[in-house]
Amino acid sequence: MMRVTRRYRFAASHRLHADRLSERENRELYGKCNHPYGHGHNYEVEITVRGPLDARSGRAVDLAALDRLVKREVLDAFDHRNLNAEIPEFEGVVPTSENLAIELHRRLERRWAEMFPGEWPRLDKIRIAETPRNIFEVGEP
Amino acid sequence: MLITRQVEFSSSHVCRNPALSEEENREIFGAAANPHGHGHNYVLEVTLSGDPDPVTGMVLDLKELKRILNRAVVEPYDHRFLNYEVPPFERVIPTAENIAIDIWNRLAPHFTDTRGKLHSVRLYETADLYVDYFGETA
Repeated sequence: MMRVTRRYRFAASHRLHADRLSERENRELYGKCNHPYGHGHNYEVEITVRGPLDARSGRAVDLAALDRLVKREVLDAFDHRNLNAEIPEFEGVVPTSENLAIELHRRLERRWAEMFPGEWPRLDKIRIAETPRNIFEVGEP
Repeated sequence: MLITRQVEFSSSHVCRNPALSEEENREIFGAAANPHGHGHNYVLEVTLSGDPDPVTGMVLDLKELKRILNRAVVEPYDHRFLNYEVPPFERVIPTAENIAIDIWNRLAPHFTDTRGKLHSVRLYETADLYVDYFGETA
């Protein structure tokens, strides 16, 4: 079994604000991440795929297919966007990187079988670095 | 306890399957099928697992690990054209996956249970693409 990891980047803005908390509670909880007009990050996303090697290609995943899937489902939707205003799933959901990682995982899984119809490869995990110091990872439950 | 040592080597390769047509090779490997080959600065991270020795406090002296990595991997691989100069790549396509497996196979005999067990091989082909191999059983 091989694990192959590919790194992608996108830049997006967000604001952390929970509707169920008061203005004051939001400021206390999220600090500068709660500033009203939002702010941005250069997100780095590592997508790990696992599977056995294909005998014909000596590879565990068709990288061109993975790139197409990630571009279509993630990069085109998120790059140079405001997550709160332009991603419908973040209506009423705080676009923390935890929630972002879950949403990326959901989007890739939703279309995975169309791009990779066989048993392998499978999505192994997603790791998001919001900044080089804040890193979030989701895998299979 | 896991301990990791990183080394680098620079090699050229070409990814083609001789059993396939030019067109099929293009489709699978893209620019990596260009017949004269191309190169990468590979970064290799080798991780061992084991308990620290009660006297030395070390799983394995990292200097010793460095010597093994240099002898078993860096010396044969560095500044070589893998397909022409490094077996088994005259018959195995030197994808990052197959290189990681070959590195594992070269390293495995050097590590016994008593001095740290080979846990994983991580090979970066570029900063944005790497593979992890944990051996056949994982």
